[in-house]
Amino acid sequence: MYEGAVQDLIDELGRLPGVGPKSAQRIAFHLLAADATDVRRLVDALTEVKARVRFCEVCGNVAESERCRICADPRRSDEVVCVVEEPKDVVAIERTREFRGKYHVLGGAINPIENVGPDDLRVKELMSRLADGVVQEVILATDPNVEGEATATYLARLIGPMGVTVSRLASGLPVGGDLEYADEVTLGRAFEGRRVVGR
Amino acid sequence: MYVSHLSLLDFRSYASVDVELEPGPNAFVGRNGQGKTNLVEAIGYVATLGSHRVASDGPLVRAGAERAIVRTRIVRGDRASTVELEITPGRANRARVNRGQPGRPRDVLGILRTVLFAPEDLALVKGDPDGRRRLLDQLVVQLLPRAAGLLGDYERVVKQRSALLKSLRGLRASGRTPDLSTLEVWDAKAAQLGAEVLAMRLQLVQALRPHVAAAYEQVSDADGAAELGYRSSLEAFSADGAASDAAGGLLPDDVAVAPPSAAVLEQALVVAMAAARPQEVERGVSLVGPHRDDLVLTLGGLPAKGYASHGESWSFALALRLASFRLLGGGGVGTGEGTPETFWDPDLGTDADPVLVLDDVFAELDVRRRERLAELVAPARQVLVTAAVPDDVPAGLMAARFDVTTGEVARAV
Ligand SMILES: Nc1ncnc2c1ncn2[C@@H]1O[C@H](COP(=O)(O)OP(=O)(O)OP(=O)(O)O)[C@@H](O)[C@H]1O
Ligand SMILES: [Mg+2]
Ligand SMILES: [Zn+2]
Repeated sequence: MYEGAVQDLIDELGRLPGVGPKSAQRIAFHLLAADATDVRRLVDALTEVKARVRFCEVCGNVAESERCRICADPRRSDEVVCVVEEPKDVVAIERTREFRGKYHVLGGAINPIENVGPDDLRVKELMSRLADGVVQEVILATDPNVEGEATATYLARLIGPMGVTVSRLASGLPVGGDLEYADEVTLGRAFEGRRVVGR
Repeated sequence: MYVSHLSLLDFRSYASVDVELEPGPNAFVGRNGQGKTNLVEAIGYVATLGSHRVASDGPLVRAGAERAIVRTRIVRGDRASTVELEITPGRANRARVNRGQPGRPRDVLGILRTVLFAPEDLALVKGDPDGRRRLLDQLVVQLLPRAAGLLGDYERVVKQRSALLKSLRGLRASGRTPDLSTLEVWDAKAAQLGAEVLAMRLQLVQALRPHVAAAYEQVSDADGAAELGYRSSLEAFSADGAASDAAGGLLPDDVAVAPPSAAVLEQALVVAMAAARPQEVERGVSLVGPHRDDLVLTLGGLPAKGYASHGESWSFALALRLASFRLLGGGGVGTGEGTPETFWDPDLGTDADPVLVLDDVFAELDVRRRERLAELVAPARQVLVTAAVPDDVPAGLMAARFDVTTGEVARAV
């Protein structure tokens, strides 16, 4: 245990995902030894992100105003919506430059072990987006693992009867993995080869 | 195939050790607790990506260390491969083949095949179904490495489904009507993957049957035939329709007749799960599927569990392991004959003998079984035997001897 402020910092850092007690200590002492201006920049970045960034009202992606950059882009089609689990998946798909539609970020996947059901995800928001009949196709791009597959099946069953084409990314993605770990070429190919799973 | 080199870093009791192994018999001798089983456990890990003693990786890493490294050189025919596994509990393990890029451990499955005999094998006959299910599933993965993904996914689906059933039970108990729409999704996944697992298990049991019968005859005095059957949890919930048809004929008596396909089994599982649902929601448990099935062992028509003598039970356990050895291509037996299409391996013909590991088993056996087993395993391409005292190693298996003392392994001359 260290004196007050140092220990507080270690405790806070240790609460971050993927940071164990040893790493927390290492980061804390790195910051202590660092230039005051460097630390200032980090503090500013943290303050900024909390003050300016929020979630897009339409798609749930991170945004700096009511709507995210993608939802606000008039060159993108409103007829195709790609459903993903997390904002980082939007980044991965954008890298492929394959997709010109809009996104819908669920905020996770169905996961009973962690007590996450459809009501804990942005499923209702998705359904109301589909209500006006503009959207012609929904591409389900949840992760290629058990939870992602179950979420895709659940959504396909829900959306199918609304007369919207539902498709799922082609297999060939690393099975059991995370969408964000797929390289651009593989992900791009999975997009092109998507198959219709409901209409 | 055989393991020509084993080196361990921070694995179990070993800080660092290098062992050059010989083809043919190798004996590891040392007092209790010196690290004999730890050595063969490492070799088994390279073949199956799991330990035969513990379910998690934690205990495999030397106390105080962060990760363990197991490096092996495997010779098959005129080819040699090196496989290196880095085991880091709480993080993704990594594997390297022939000093290439680090990749997923799953990619090394199939390079080394082992069949392990251990004192715990008696529980295959006398113990609970989960040991027998593990026997089948590990064999499936050795025969067909890509099945590892399927088995992992099925296990995950069952866990998720069971968690959901528990929370539904909770909702019901508090007087609310649970929404069953997500349960239907998990049902569909469980039926689809479960049917694939079940189909593979049935094919495996079918292929294993003649080998078990023959091996039992060889290790025992052959009174009463040893037979394998498969009891599916489908049967309990198939009072009517498709499920009862499929369940009744899961394993045809005639070995030449193929068991039902995955598509047929999926239908049967869907029907049985519907029948089981009220009970499942009430109890909060997944009741139907291969995770609730059992491999049934019978001796002269009677169940081995509860009826067989101690000696007979040992013979049966040995027969199961010998049969596994042969089905994996050991003794030049499994090269196609009786191997179902699903498990066909183009490489099977080349130096196919899996590495046989006999951890402390001879001490458990009476003189006659000991001699028979020694005779049966001696011709294998490589046999690794561990024993606390030299007398427990049959003479024919003493060719290369290693003395094991705390953290060290020395070739005895
Ligand atoms: N993670 C670990 N770190 C350090 N030591 C360990 C670890 N796991 C096991 N050991 C030690 O290894 C020893 C057991 O080794 P092993 O099971 O190989 O013995 P053995 O030679 O097979 O003995 P026996 O003849 O009784 O079967 C024990 O002393 C145990 O404390
Ligand atoms: Mg031992
Ligand atoms: Zn948006």
